[in-house]
Amino acid sequence: MDFDFSDDQKFLKGEARKFLEARCAIPAVRAVLDDPDKAFDAGLWRGVAEQGWLGAAIPEEFGGLGLGHVELCAIAEELGRAVAPIPFASTVYILAEAVMLAGTDAQKQRILPKIAAGELIGCLATSEGPGAITAASIQATVSGAKLSGVKIPVTDGDVADVALVLAKEGGKPGLYLVELSGDVGRVSLKSLDPTRSIAKLTFKDAPAERLGGAGEGMELLQAVLDRAAALLAFEQLGGADRCLEMAKAYAMERYAFGRVIGGYQAIKHKLADMYVKNEVARSNAYYAAWALNTSAPELPIAASAARIAASDAYWFASKENIQTHGGMGFTWEVDCHLYYRRSKQLALVAGAPKAWKERLVSQLERKNAA
Amino acid sequence: MDFNDNAEEAAYRETARSWLAKAGAEHRKTFGEPKPNTPEHKAAAKAWQAEKAKAGYACITWPKVIGGGGGTPIQQVIFNQEETKAGIAYGYFTIGLGMCVPTVMAFADDATKGRFVGPAVKGEEIWCQLFSEPAGGSDVAATRTRAVQDGDDWVINGQKVWTTGAQHSDYGILLVRTDVDAPKHKGMTMFWIDMRDPAVEVRPIHQASGGSEFNEVYFTDLRVKDSQRLGAPGDGWKVALVTLMNERLAVGGSAGPNYGEILELARETPGTLADSAFRERLADWYVAAEGLKLTRFRTMTALSKGQTPGPESSIGKIISANQLQELSNAAVEMEDQFGIIADPDVAPMRAAFQQSLLWAPGLRIAGGTDEILKNIIAERVLGLPGDVRVDKDVAFKDMPTGR
Repeated sequence: MDFDFSDDQKFLKGEARKFLEARCAIPAVRAVLDDPDKAFDAGLWRGVAEQGWLGAAIPEEFGGLGLGHVELCAIAEELGRAVAPIPFASTVYILAEAVMLAGTDAQKQRILPKIAAGELIGCLATSEGPGAITAASIQATVSGAKLSGVKIPVTDGDVADVALVLAKEGGKPGLYLVELSGDVGRVSLKSLDPTRSIAKLTFKDAPAERLGGAGEGMELLQAVLDRAAALLAFEQLGGADRCLEMAKAYAMERYAFGRVIGGYQAIKHKLADMYVKNEVARSNAYYAAWALNTSAPELPIAASAARIAASDAYWFASKENIQTHGGMGFTWEVDCHLYYRRSKQLALVAGAPKAWKERLVSQLERKNAA
Repeated sequence: MDFNDNAEEAAYRETARSWLAKAGAEHRKTFGEPKPNTPEHKAAAKAWQAEKAKAGYACITWPKVIGGGGGTPIQQVIFNQEETKAGIAYGYFTIGLGMCVPTVMAFADDATKGRFVGPAVKGEEIWCQLFSEPAGGSDVAATRTRAVQDGDDWVINGQKVWTTGAQHSDYGILLVRTDVDAPKHKGMTMFWIDMRDPAVEVRPIHQASGGSEFNEVYFTDLRVKDSQRLGAPGDGWKVALVTLMNERLAVGGSAGPNYGEILELARETPGTLADSAFRERLADWYVAAEGLKLTRFRTMTALSKGQTPGPESSIGKIISANQLQELSNAAVEMEDQFGIIADPDVAPMRAAFQQSLLWAPGLRIAGGTDEILKNIIAERVLGLPGDVRVDKDVAFKDMPTGR
């Protein structure tokens, strides 16, 4: 039984934390938050490229470090803790994973080395309107390798170089790689979490190259999202842990009625509830990390459970962190809202928890019936 | 990041498994599957414990010289898993060997240890723990049961409550008040006692669930020797904390129906599986139950590496007890009017959900209430301050008492 990060992985995680404490402290996050023209922290992006994180799980033959996915999970946890304002998830968890999963050798050669080098930002363009997208509801179309349609919102769509787009060709869903050149219309939109930018993308006969088999778009998308969900769960966990630390620190220094508020059971039990949720999320995330790293058949269930637990834990920790801080927690100056915003951004960006619960239960039904 | 035994652990598991298969089959041949709470059940449990002791599977982490297995905590966990898989489960010795006898070993003289440890390991004698009282549940140090010194004896009067297994027990460890002038935590003393003494009366509690797993225990002029004292007079609280610390290595599965059973029930109950509200809740229950199971794997990992498990194991009962209650409630509501039926011959799944619905309130209280467990997490894991205390420096006799 070795259900934990290894010593080497813990070392990597510790180094990642040190790096982010130096390069992605709260003022750096706020620089993106407060500047509507700043979509992400370009300096930090170059920094994580130099650290090799963008290619951590990319094989060496494609310019990566060729580490496992557990190492990438360790990095993700630290990025989440730091509320890092960079397009890491879009590029690494989604585009790189999709290309590694379903790309031809030529596609891998073209895209993966650039991702590893920090020269290519990716994005996922699936959503077209309120509610989860389904095979039936897709409006974007591909004909003769040209893609047309409107995708909204696309996280990092305003700064990405390549979009992974869900569209229909001959009535069947597929995933397509589209270079975001000048011909694609891009309009930045106000984001619930301004440290993670979003855009509306309008494609008009944009050159598109299919990723994976014809008509396999929904299945491939789900497989990519399973992988992303496992990694995102670690970002969520990192953020949730940070919220508990902040709440605890504040509860230990804030006095009310003659003593620190951390001595009152109303606060103690709230923080204990946070701890319980965070540990449930951690254990489920570890399981997903194992399933991801070994490409186990359990991945769909493990990733769903990890995403549900982590979304719940981060939401709870971020809202109760504000509550613990009282009125101060509702000011722009105090950092609580950064985590509150990010908790929602992360819970929605790869599909809302409700959809993942449905995915989990339908898997359980199949498993139980088998 | 994996779930595999290392080579040593795998070998131990294989040996344990084949022993369990052989010894278990013989055990069943001799004893069958007796009903709980019968003399036959208890006799079977004792015989099984003796077999385990002979093979070194009783008290695996204890030294061989005192009857243990001379093994490691991870081996104990592995054996527990295999024993559960083998379907042989008797609860008679859990409290004695898990809490009482370790306390005796920590505080008694050599003669006493020599007399009791061996028979306990071999299942010849059963122990219970007598701490909770009508006026002291969460606040165990509110103990009122009184011991007064009389020459070389102590004379004990009072009442304990919620004593698991008292009706089966030969011996018990008993926390009593010996000094009412001292503050409450400083005026207690611990003794071991003979549960067969006529001055000890065990009365089963008729629980709200309808069952009687727990007992009241009354002491009327019970005389014990001073040599039965565990620790110094007035040090009872320190001794009790040692007992309670030993409560921790409970790496067992949780009892009662869970997400798998309610999914099964849902399949048989028209309309339920199409109900998205039910499906969402089912997902939440799965995530919590798996979260707990996987958290135990993290604990095992620490044990496997010879480390002390982290505080994550403290989340167990808060989750499992509340989940059992909510899940049972959802199950009986799913059955609509039929959910009122608690007759095992009529209700689905032999009324498992009706039974667990009635049992769950007790589970949320037994072995530390939700509230106390959250205090423990807040204070010991997160390092938050304790409550303001008004009972620390007051003589016990001057303490206000209510019901």
